[in-house]
Amino acid sequence: MRKLLLIGLKDLTLMFRDRAALTFMLLAPFLLTIGMGFVTGRFSGNSSGISDIPVVIVNLDQGELGNALEDVFFSEDLADLLEPTASDSPEAARQLIDSDQASAAVIIPEGFTRSIIPAQGTMFSPNAVAPQAVQIEVYANPSRPTGAGIVKAIVDEFVSRVEEGRVSGMTSILGLLQSGLLNPQNAESEARALFKNVEETESTAITLKTDKEGAAATEFDLLAYFAPGMALMFLMFTVSYGGRSILAERAQGTLPRLMISPTHTAQVLGGKVLGIFFMGVAQVGILILASTVFFQVKWGDPLGIIVLILAAVFGAAGWGMLITALARTPAQVASTGSAVMLIFGILGGSFINLEVMPSFIRLISNITPNKWGLDGFTTLALGGTLKNLTEPVTALLIMGAVLFGVAVLIFNRSGIMQK
Amino acid sequence: MPNILEVHNLAKNYGDFTAVKGISFDIKEGEIFSLLGPNGAGKTTTISMLSTLYTPTSGDAIIAGHSITKDPMAVKQVIGVVPQEIALYEDLTARENLIFWGQMYGLSGRSLHSRVDVVLEQIGLADKAKKRVKTYSGGMKRRVNIGVGLLHKPRLLFMDEPTVGIDPQSRRAILDTVKDLNKQGMTVLYTTHYMEEAQELSDRVGIIDHGELIALGTQDELTRQVGQTDTLILHIGENEDANALAASLKGIKDVLEANATNHEVSIITPQAENILAAVVSKANERGIKIHSIDIREPNLEAVFLHLTGRALRD
Repeated sequence: MRKLLLIGLKDLTLMFRDRAALTFMLLAPFLLTIGMGFVTGRFSGNSSGISDIPVVIVNLDQGELGNALEDVFFSEDLADLLEPTASDSPEAARQLIDSDQASAAVIIPEGFTRSIIPAQGTMFSPNAVAPQAVQIEVYANPSRPTGAGIVKAIVDEFVSRVEEGRVSGMTSILGLLQSGLLNPQNAESEARALFKNVEETESTAITLKTDKEGAAATEFDLLAYFAPGMALMFLMFTVSYGGRSILAERAQGTLPRLMISPTHTAQVLGGKVLGIFFMGVAQVGILILASTVFFQVKWGDPLGIIVLILAAVFGAAGWGMLITALARTPAQVASTGSAVMLIFGILGGSFINLEVMPSFIRLISNITPNKWGLDGFTTLALGGTLKNLTEPVTALLIMGAVLFGVAVLIFNRSGIMQK
Repeated sequence: MPNILEVHNLAKNYGDFTAVKGISFDIKEGEIFSLLGPNGAGKTTTISMLSTLYTPTSGDAIIAGHSITKDPMAVKQVIGVVPQEIALYEDLTARENLIFWGQMYGLSGRSLHSRVDVVLEQIGLADKAKKRVKTYSGGMKRRVNIGVGLLHKPRLLFMDEPTVGIDPQSRRAILDTVKDLNKQGMTVLYTTHYMEEAQELSDRVGIIDHGELIALGTQDELTRQVGQTDTLILHIGENEDANALAASLKGIKDVLEANATNHEVSIITPQAENILAAVVSKANERGIKIHSIDIREPNLEAVFLHLTGRALRD
């Protein structure tokens, strides 16, 4: 293990001494992130860049709160962001999601309002029965995690505002009743007035992005999409750079020299892989840190970020090893790696959100670490935690393991590490 | 002295091509043994098999009691290798290179650093150790390349043409280093195509050509094979017929052998001065202009010429 680590750290040191590579690995994605920020209006606050998320609203409640939530989705404020359609059938709405025609369906169940605001005349009645709790269903499309995540964030924010208003309102009313400042006959009307305020404020509670001080609304920072998008795209360069070093070491004689030192072949190959892994983690880590410091990007759950970086680098490193195993010279790895970097960048959503892409592109994108990595980073930026990363992390780990396996088989057949 | 290396019928094939054809020899502990031969003779392939980089097609070698085919890890602990090409990380300093390679040989901590200091002194680069290798001259890189092979104090050091492509001063320094290491008790297997290096360094020499070990012994033993003969080398013009001249010279009394190579004719004779006039006369008869004449006393070059009919540099 010590030798693996030494070889890996040596490769990391060499990476940091290669100015040309550093420019490509760190400066280029950073500058492109800034560019994307300007293009999408992130720095001017004019535009979200993500738009027209198709969402289906099924309002079976038709009460005050159900209508208020429906109004949020159809509001002018969110007109650019969302493309809502109303439906009266939950099954039809779910079918639209299953057939990939929308990002999410919001199903507001019957009795939603009554579960929060009791019927007229029963609010403070000693004989009142506690209303049965009902939940809003967000039926998400797993192939459109960004859109689904934004819809879910809007619903969560709405529910949390309603809940907050209900609790604080009821507490205030009860306090006034106990202190005798409020006549019991007027209690219900006062309470309803408070709920009315809650409903009215919902339409402005949700924004996609705001820099306004004190805004407590759900935020999705575009740079939390483009920064990882660029980092993941250039990660493909880094892993092919790392893979290229295997062939470069063979050409410059240091690989044979390693092989004649008392070091096992597996240790040499493992050390090289570890080096690629270190380089990838260092690159993505530095880019995330830089965008946090310079652009105040909110990446979300730190633990989730760490796990996702490790998984994404593992998946990408698998591609780097496969490209290396298939190539014969360092130059071939460089050219193939650059081509793969760009193709994966486009297919994986680093430039354009995959949700606006045709379904076959979205299907192909599943082979890219960019797609799964971006899914994960978007989930975290939208408030998700490590437990919401099961799907992307699993996909990245499987991708890495399969590609490493194939690369090792090819290495064995080509004899690069053999005598 | 006991043998530190015993090579038994070692062979290496690449498809239909046989790079090394079942060679056998041994090296005694404390010796400098040179494998002398032209480029492509099989020297590097032999070293690569002995250092466990290549698996032999057949045969085996025992190094300090360990088989290179059955126990390569034990062999790797005993040997040091200075490869023909400079195998260093150019973006690391000399010290960082030595530290890394020392770690690969299992050195660590204070012993690693003190060993690195000793080796840097040994190769004369202690004052430039913190500069990146890419800023070094070819000779300095060669010295670091050698230093890496010495870090773990190997009992047997393989040096594969360590003076290729460097200036005379660095070459001198490397030859002196080899002699110093040998004085300190290190056994050295040295490959070269420079006859002078083999003559200066070696206790024994193996001459290798086309993958075969064609002669083996001390320098005296080898030169005795060609007898007390001189070698006369005639340098002629590019358009002259060297083969025809060589054929005509064979008729001169006391010419034991005459061979033509590129614009040269090599003649082996017991006494060069005695045939000089006749040789010039034959050349004049054929209208061939001689540019210059070298006379060489018995040496390894003559042995190689005698055994193969070719000069070492061909």
